[in-house]
Amino acid sequence: MSDLVDSTNQLEVGRGDVVSATHGPTSKKDGHLRRKAWIRRLPLLPALIYMVIVTQAPFVVTLWYSFRGWNTETPGSNKFVGFASYSAVLSDPAFRSAAVVTIEMTASAAIISMLLGSAMAILINRTFMGRGVVRTMLITPFLVMPVATALLFGTTIYDPYFGLLNWILSPFGVNHVNWVGLYSMPSVVAVLVWEWAPFMMLIVLAGLQSESLESLEAARVDGANAFKTFVWITLPHLRQYIELGLLLGSIYIVQAFGEIFILTDGGGGNGSATTNLPFYIYNKVFNAFDFSQAAAAGVIVVIATEIVATVTLRLLSGLFRATEVMS
Amino acid sequence: MATSLDNRIHHKRGSRQWFLGHFWTTVTWVIALFLFSPVLWMVITSFKREGSAYTDPPTLIFHPTLNEYSQVFSSGSGAGGAGAPFEHSLVVTVASVALVLLLGIPAAYALSIRPIKRWRDALFFFLATKMLPYVAAIVPIYLIAEHLGLLDNVIALIILYTGFNLPLAVWMIRSFLLEVPREVLEAARIDGAGLRTELMRVIFPMVLPGIAATALICVIFTWNEFFFAYFLTAFNAQTVPVFLSHFQSTEGEYWALLAAAATISCLPVILAGWIAQKQLVRGLSLGALK
Repeated sequence: MSDLVDSTNQLEVGRGDVVSATHGPTSKKDGHLRRKAWIRRLPLLPALIYMVIVTQAPFVVTLWYSFRGWNTETPGSNKFVGFASYSAVLSDPAFRSAAVVTIEMTASAAIISMLLGSAMAILINRTFMGRGVVRTMLITPFLVMPVATALLFGTTIYDPYFGLLNWILSPFGVNHVNWVGLYSMPSVVAVLVWEWAPFMMLIVLAGLQSESLESLEAARVDGANAFKTFVWITLPHLRQYIELGLLLGSIYIVQAFGEIFILTDGGGGNGSATTNLPFYIYNKVFNAFDFSQAAAAGVIVVIATEIVATVTLRLLSGLFRATEVMS
Repeated sequence: MATSLDNRIHHKRGSRQWFLGHFWTTVTWVIALFLFSPVLWMVITSFKREGSAYTDPPTLIFHPTLNEYSQVFSSGSGAGGAGAPFEHSLVVTVASVALVLLLGIPAAYALSIRPIKRWRDALFFFLATKMLPYVAAIVPIYLIAEHLGLLDNVIALIILYTGFNLPLAVWMIRSFLLEVPREVLEAARIDGAGLRTELMRVIFPMVLPGIAATALICVIFTWNEFFFAYFLTAFNAQTVPVFLSHFQSTEGEYWALLAAAATISCLPVILAGWIAQKQLVRGLSLGALK
């Protein structure tokens, strides 16, 4: 908590300096202080300019192509068509299905890996024999290359005949189930959970370890049992860590591509049960060769993402404060 | 009488705790082994011959062989040798992470120790760019790379990966810089330390572990990136994940070869992660663990 006070003080000092620059009495002093403000900004500029170029330049090009009807299969189609690509995309049932799949996949993978990760964090937040080894084993899935994960789950684990999963479940009467074919969405989500649960575990563990022992002790003295202490003291304290984990995890999970590309190729169920928005755009480019519709879909996705992101960041209002508390 | 009752209660409570402690330790170990089993299975399969990789029930006892490993490295195998992709991945990872730190450290400084006026907006911008669905930009990025002659070139990947990792790096390094106590900085300034001394002698040594943690996270994401590597490179700049993805289409029995290739591909990052576990824990919790 003292850290928070510290850092905000520090920031106030910074703000004060710049504010005084705009109230400088003489123009000479004004210029001097303005220069000072620029010197302050200088270290930020390379990174800022880099990010603006790398992220905004492609976006501008995307915007440009979204208003043209460029399909490489149709000669002479590369001309201005207004909002035609947008209406084509928005009226495409596959696009809406991809949006739903994206939400389902991201939400379920993020929430399940958070629940699993939290359980793991609570379990290893004790002293026991082999704790270091257990922690090493638990973080490993996060280190494994997602392409390797998808390839290995698709073959040696999910395979109906020789896969590990069917063998492990065979005592329970499971017999040669074609997991990826029959349960494509859960299969992909399981892989994503396997990859991201360690990440959630580490963030929740950080929260558990930062909890003040005094408040836990006070709760114990007041006669609260372990369950009550957890619900009323630990859980509220963990809230900002859980929010941070869900936010960061979702940012990556929403972009999932390799896992789908390798495991299901977007298929399953009605043929597109695991086609999320990134995979939809990929299909538009590499299978339909419709660059403009891909671009239009991209622009729509960017706008939607920005709306969701802004709302989420506002809802998780404690987050920016949280990073300061944590620091 | 009273004491013996006390003792008995105490003893009973102690044995219950003892039991519970062992119960939870067992549960923890079972979960850890279960979640680790896919990795273990990958390594086990990589030492098999193809025949014993395809059995029902799975073969657990066999004569280990390095046959598949030597195949992964021989250029005669379906995907070409692993040597060149490893070289490309190494170049891309080192260059990109160095660039991230070069751009990220000063930016984080300007958002923490001597913050600019609108540091909140700048931080929000960085985070917002991380949320952009980068797949949406594949067409323009492909066209721009083609225009600049950077298709199938490691430079294109270095530029892109730097952009992907920079927001998270700025965010993480900033939180580590905020940990530097203000008193230390003030003391250094009172002692007449210039900006150079302040940076090199005071701040840098204190945040070095944090910077290492940030670099490690960037290494993980860079080494493992698949999407852009797959679409922007062919033979000259093929990275390890792309190389690995080619093992899927191999005909016939290929699991043991795939497992060997996957083990080799993941090994550098897994080892780095294991060795620098403390840094990883620190980095992922954004500086929360002291």
